[in-house]
Amino acid sequence: MPEELKVGCARPTGGPVGEEPPKKEIDEVLTKEKEVKSMIMVGRKAPDFIAPAYYKGKFVNVKLSDYLGKWVLLCFYPGDFTFV
Amino acid sequence: MSIDSIFVHKMWNDHELSKMVKGGVPFPMLSDAGGKVGTIYGVYDENAGVETRGRFIIDPDGVIQGYEILTPPVGRNVLETIRQIQAFQHVRKSKGTEATPSGWKPGKATLKPGPDLVGKVWEVWKTKEAFD
Repeated sequence: MPEELKVGCARPTGGPVGEEPPKKEIDEVLTKEKEVKSMIMVGRKAPDFIAPAYYKGKFVNVKLSDYLGKWVLLCFYPGDFTFV
Repeated sequence: MSIDSIFVHKMWNDHELSKMVKGGVPFPMLSDAGGKVGTIYGVYDENAGVETRGRFIIDPDGVIQGYEILTPPVGRNVLETIRQIQAFQHVRKSKGTEATPSGWKPGKATLKPGPDLVGKVWEVWKTKEAFD
């Protein structure tokens, strides 16, 4: 389902998609940027995102909302080649 | 998903994980450089520059049904995650007419919330069922 990604020398990145946070005044952004944190609550929509991924020998782009209609287990972990 | 690049994911899969899991990792290994997605999910530790062990169960409507977040040194319990998914799937299939009590597993009795069950849970469910 994920589309294949063409990779060059730049490191591919993704990020949140969908609703953009409301525009703010610049000084407000400086003080409040760090407060824009978690939007997570059970029973609420999972924030959508796109992320580059390695999947079965290929580099692909994964978009969470492409998986609507399926159960998804989204796992974060500290880093590759760590121990646990 | 971690802050590692897809190139490091490939190396980790090819050189270590594929020796633990036949055929390698069967699901996409996502890259979140800078922790942008992790920040929104509340799992990015900006002091350490890494993501903590967050695990989110997302249903077919894209709704988060449950999550768990652990600090790095303690690993997760995969069977408990599977049990929770089975319970959420059972409840969803019942269209909300059933609820799964503590310790529920497929095959065990569920509860049917409603006026008749108020004050009567003790008759249909025993505390020891939470532990077996």
